[in-house]
Amino acid sequence: MASLDRVKVLVLGDSGVGKSSLVHLLCQNQVLGNPSWTVGCSVDVRVHDYKEGTPEEKTFYIELWDVGGSVGGASSVKSTRAVFFNSVNGIILVHDLTNKKSSQNLYRWSLEAVNKDLVPSGVLVTNGDYDREQFAENQIPLLVIGTKLDQIHEAKRNEVLTRIAFLAEDFNAEEINLVIEKRYFIRDGSQIVGFPDRKRFGAGIVKNLHYD
Amino acid sequence: MSFLIDSSIVVTSQVLFFGFGWLFFMRQLFKDYEVRQYVVQVIFSVTFAFSCTMFELIIFEILGVLNSSSRYFHWKMNLCVILLILVFMVPFYIGYFIVSNIRLLHRQRVLFSCGLWLTFMYFFWKLGDPFPILSPKHGILSIEQLISRVGVIGVTLMALLSGFGAVNCPYTYMSYFLRNVTDTDILALERRLLQTMDMIISKKKRIATARRNMFQRGDVNNKPSGFWGMIKSVTTSAPGSENLTLIQQEVDALEELSRQLFLETVDLYATKERIEYSKTFKGRYFNVLGYFFSVYCVWKIFMATINIVFDRVGKTDPVTRGIEITVNYLGIQFDVKFWSQHISFILVGIIIVTSIRGLLITLTKFFYAISSSKSSNVIVLLLAQIMGMYFVSSVLLIRMSMPPEYRTIITEVLGELQFNFYHRWFDVIFLVSALSSILFLYLAHKQAPEKHMTP
Repeated sequence: MASLDRVKVLVLGDSGVGKSSLVHLLCQNQVLGNPSWTVGCSVDVRVHDYKEGTPEEKTFYIELWDVGGSVGGASSVKSTRAVFFNSVNGIILVHDLTNKKSSQNLYRWSLEAVNKDLVPSGVLVTNGDYDREQFAENQIPLLVIGTKLDQIHEAKRNEVLTRIAFLAEDFNAEEINLVIEKRYFIRDGSQIVGFPDRKRFGAGIVKNLHYD
Repeated sequence: MSFLIDSSIVVTSQVLFFGFGWLFFMRQLFKDYEVRQYVVQVIFSVTFAFSCTMFELIIFEILGVLNSSSRYFHWKMNLCVILLILVFMVPFYIGYFIVSNIRLLHRQRVLFSCGLWLTFMYFFWKLGDPFPILSPKHGILSIEQLISRVGVIGVTLMALLSGFGAVNCPYTYMSYFLRNVTDTDILALERRLLQTMDMIISKKKRIATARRNMFQRGDVNNKPSGFWGMIKSVTTSAPGSENLTLIQQEVDALEELSRQLFLETVDLYATKERIEYSKTFKGRYFNVLGYFFSVYCVWKIFMATINIVFDRVGKTDPVTRGIEITVNYLGIQFDVKFWSQHISFILVGIIIVTSIRGLLITLTKFFYAISSSKSSNVIVLLLAQIMGMYFVSSVLLIRMSMPPEYRTIITEVLGELQFNFYHRWFDVIFLVSALSSILFLYLAHKQAPEKHMTP
């Protein structure tokens, strides 16, 4: 397969937020029955018809690389993970809406992925404060997904959603014009809302690829 | 009046320990997690607080602080509370959290956790039978029954940890055992890993395309539905689906391979960092320390063997023996009573502090290694249980290191346990654990270099 047709998308996030379930849902159109820990990296492939219905229709294979582990891990694990971060076309950041820590860790995850050339121990220059300029020249499109919305009690949902509202902006994720943030009901497969949105997201990434 | 003052001192120190346990929990153990269950945190801190109070009472005993009757009262009370926590509360909550994780049993959580607790109690009671730990004149529900069993479990744990620690410590400190890892080794392994990932991807692409084609051709799902469906799928399976299962099996094998390669690469990176660390000053210091520790470890194993073979339990504690030696052989005269009190205080204090510190560090490492967001509560409670049992049996064993006049309170409070049994049991388990750790480390060390070394 020519390298032009490869679309590599990383799926990053803390352990237990639902990355493997998300990837399985996207690629197999089924809910993952028995999720277990991801050791290392698991890959899945989704066939996507870019610009379906138009004369420029082309079939792409989107590779979703689901990298496991925790962001505060040993530096040997970080060095090994850096191997997967080469030539990435897009990054999906996944966080758990019921777990504040996982949203905060997204900053560190994105830094680790974008600064893969630096020595892992030297990445965290500013540990809490976030520097938008580091992402100004970042060409890689980012998508932030929050999972497990159904596990939050109805009354608290608004409060959680307002807290998340600024998260995507911080990442300068406006590069994707169509979809900045979407939440999926992972537990119940029958509620796959936003199926066409996912296709549009895929188109967004592939569009960026063509612009480069 | 003095009783009130003494009690307030003890209670204040308990509150302090509780706060320390709380902070440790928040800052160290659970710093990457969202704490959702305050029950777990409270139980952990309470266990820690009462365990530390026991040690504090020993120190008070040696120093002669506080009234002796109020000391005795607090001992008894402390012991009762700790046993209550270790035997009733923590196991019950462990069962409760385990059951909460299983979705099927969610409705009758309390019922099932009671059931689990009863099973635990049954095995706990049965534990006492094969061991000669009690004199027969004790009743069923006495403190001695519970403490003896808790002591057995705790002493086993202590000996296992000591044995493994004694062997592992020189192994990690000394650079003699470090395997030689070069950058080319790491690069080669990384290349293999990426190649495996590429193979997985290409196979998955084939599966995805084949499935899409089948779907477009209007084939029904491969999943057989119902009885006749199963029979049909056995006899007439479409050639496409057979191909798919074959490819799927290859993919599974490749994924397993990729996981192993990932873990090996992590291992190599860790070894490389250790090599670099050993070239620094700190590294060299630890290297020398490692040699001392290996000598100490060999000596301890030797002593344990002698204790078992010659069936000997030390009658005198190290402090009195040390003083005897200095007085008799070196001819130095000094006030035995005064010095024995202070020296034993220092010795016991050092033992206590290092064992608490060592245990907390080991617990933290263990917790990071195996916990996930679902099981973190259960694991913390298990750690609290282990910590409580460990501290109780430390008190049992520390009795050996103290001069006879201070041993009385432990003997009084804990009743007439066969202390000698515990020391013998400790020696046996220590020996077994140390020898099997040596064997295990030897095998692991031998097996690793053959895989990675470039010829």
